[in-house]
Amino acid sequence: MTAETNTEAPKKPAPADQESFLSVFTRNLWASNNVLITTLSIVLAVIIGAVLIVVSDADVLAKFVYFTARPSDALNASWTLISEAYADLLKGAFGDPAVFQAWFDGTATWQEAFAPLSETLTYAAPLVFTGLSVALAFRGGLFNIGAQGQAVLGCVVAGAAGFTFGLPIVLNLVVALLAGVIGGALWGFIPGLLKARTGAHEVITTIMLNYTAALFLSWLVIQKGVQAPGRTDAISKSVAESAQLPSPGGILRVHLGILIAVLVTAGVAWLLKRSAFGFEIRAVGANPHAAQTAGISVGRTYVLLMAVAGGLAGLGGATQVLGTAYALTPAVAGNIGFDGLLVALLGRNRPWGTFFAALLFGALRAGGNRIQSYAGISLELVTVLQALIVIFIAAPALVKAIFRLRAARVTGAGTSLAKG
Amino acid sequence: MRPVRGKRIVAILAAGGLTLAAAACGEAPAETPAASGSTAAAAAYKACMVTDTGGIDDKSFNASAWAGLQAAQKEATNVDPKYVASSSEADYEPGLRNYVSQNCNFILAVGGLMGTATTKIAKESTKSQFGIVDSGSESPNVYPMQFATQQAAFLAGYLAAGYTKTGKVGTYGGLKIAPVTIFMDGFADGVAHYNTVKGKKVEVLGWNKAAQNGSFAENFGDQNKGKSITQTLVSQGADVIMPVAGGTGLGTAQVAKDSGGKVSVIWVDQDGCTSAAQYCDVFLSTVVKNIEEAVKEAVVKGAKGETLSATPGYVGNLENNGVSLAEFHSFDSKVDAALKGELTTLKADIIAGKVKVESASAPK
Repeated sequence: MTAETNTEAPKKPAPADQESFLSVFTRNLWASNNVLITTLSIVLAVIIGAVLIVVSDADVLAKFVYFTARPSDALNASWTLISEAYADLLKGAFGDPAVFQAWFDGTATWQEAFAPLSETLTYAAPLVFTGLSVALAFRGGLFNIGAQGQAVLGCVVAGAAGFTFGLPIVLNLVVALLAGVIGGALWGFIPGLLKARTGAHEVITTIMLNYTAALFLSWLVIQKGVQAPGRTDAISKSVAESAQLPSPGGILRVHLGILIAVLVTAGVAWLLKRSAFGFEIRAVGANPHAAQTAGISVGRTYVLLMAVAGGLAGLGGATQVLGTAYALTPAVAGNIGFDGLLVALLGRNRPWGTFFAALLFGALRAGGNRIQSYAGISLELVTVLQALIVIFIAAPALVKAIFRLRAARVTGAGTSLAKG
Repeated sequence: MRPVRGKRIVAILAAGGLTLAAAACGEAPAETPAASGSTAAAAAYKACMVTDTGGIDDKSFNASAWAGLQAAQKEATNVDPKYVASSSEADYEPGLRNYVSQNCNFILAVGGLMGTATTKIAKESTKSQFGIVDSGSESPNVYPMQFATQQAAFLAGYLAAGYTKTGKVGTYGGLKIAPVTIFMDGFADGVAHYNTVKGKKVEVLGWNKAAQNGSFAENFGDQNKGKSITQTLVSQGADVIMPVAGGTGLGTAQVAKDSGGKVSVIWVDQDGCTSAAQYCDVFLSTVVKNIEEAVKEAVVKGAKGETLSATPGYVGNLENNGVSLAEFHSFDSKVDAALKGELTTLKADIIAGKVKVESASAPK
């Protein structure tokens, strides 16, 4: 493999003009680039997922017992199962053609037709923020495992602001969102400061702060004044309607959060590429010693960076509580912080990459709900599918080896990822 | 490199093929038209359940509710049960909605935290019949199933107080949530009742009803945590312990087993001698909360076409056997007859309302 790439790389430029456009195109298409590797990772995960779907279904598996006697039974059953499962995944994530047809015929409403897409965006919105949080910190050379804790604190503060202040419309929402950002930023600031001042490793401190945040939340929701009146279980008062993110309502759960996510992604992209602080982040991330020598205060960058990353994750938590949950419970943040890690990895720590990775994860979650409900395939399988995609992306060499991709001349992704 | 790899692949394929062939040489069954499916489908009563975030294998209410659906299928064969597990609270609404769009006849939500989502979807889809375990109902098409668990736990407290040799009994919970603390409230009250009746001073460790505060494992599956909490309680002198913590409680059973008969355990939810049979010889009794039966009855009723009315819904209590104190099993000979008699009377008194058992977490 390696020998082959070494000999091929220098040869490439010379015969280019003699080749047909098509062969150049296919060769470049098949050279290892991020888009191709990501796509192939998804393909591989889907194939392995298909095997797992078959293996996990007792009825279909039973047909394999007499495979040699009548293979058609096993193959047909497997094909039906797999195709239905993946069809449900797509229908659950993007929409069911049958419902669209019914909408055109007038037997279904447009809300029903767009409900799956709305689910995808609903699940994706908080993941964009937590993903950006991890990605941004990573560009500065910090591994922010604490997105979960920061998101939880974002939930707590945003939720508390949402049911406490009772401000007029619009203002209430803005205040609650900002409160979420501040909560998360505080939870990011602490490990940043510890790192800058004492050298305490951010991985350890953020993990510990995850526990602290989670336990704080489960303590807080059963306190008087926070717990919903008349309830003895762990649920807080509901966020005031004026502090909820606007949503079409009904079966469409999608809310303003996804639009904010687009804006924030653009903002982070600008921050990284165009601003002085973004330059400092990248310089410190590339080589802290060199950055120090060049006159950048590494400690200050770490503290600021972690606070900003925390604020992003906090905003993710805020969208969760103001957009879908409307009340605090011990599990209100779900797994958005840890999923954010995967999203950032999948998006190669680039802002827009992270955004689309979050959309993919949202689609998988929304489709996963439908797979589980309609095809009766366990939700864990969808989680495994997500995990497989990430494993293949985290190990580009594996995908390259499996598909025998040529090495591209310039590789951008491998370098930044290999450092974790 | 290539040829070697090629051979290796061939070898692997050959070996795999042989094993597959060996495993797959069974007889094909005769072709039968899928008649069973179509007849059942004709009048199928689709009972669809959405678990809360505990998942289907929580050894607690989700598992019990699912067992209830399966039991219903045995009783009424047209019942077609299925479930989805929620991995986060954001999954409740889509889970319920997906079942509405699949035209499920009975959509069961499990756990009080699903209350808000269930009410919301029930109001949107007024034609669907819903059910919810461990929560009240605010919508006419939601059939609530609640349990006056404190009544059975009261008996358990009385039993523990009568059985203890050290004069101290203990309890702890998995999480400080209503379905857990209701057991602890009843237990503490049962002990207090014993003290008033007998003029004794049996102490309860691990739960203070007035302050609503006590020991919690913060976990429903960590046996080691259960062990360490239990050891603390035992070292403080408790010899009867009631863990209300699902799988965490197995740690307590282990400590009891290691104690060589000094410590005994009162189990919860499902009879310990069935749900954790390996520890049957340390279970003094079990505070049974019969979710399985309640769900089964509701579904069977629904499948027969009877209406499930939201008010009053179902409240399991000692009278209708929705909650109960299980048999003593291996402790049958060790619990003296007088105590057994008193428990029977007490049960009758609670049913008659002569003895009131209250809990902040009780269904209203």
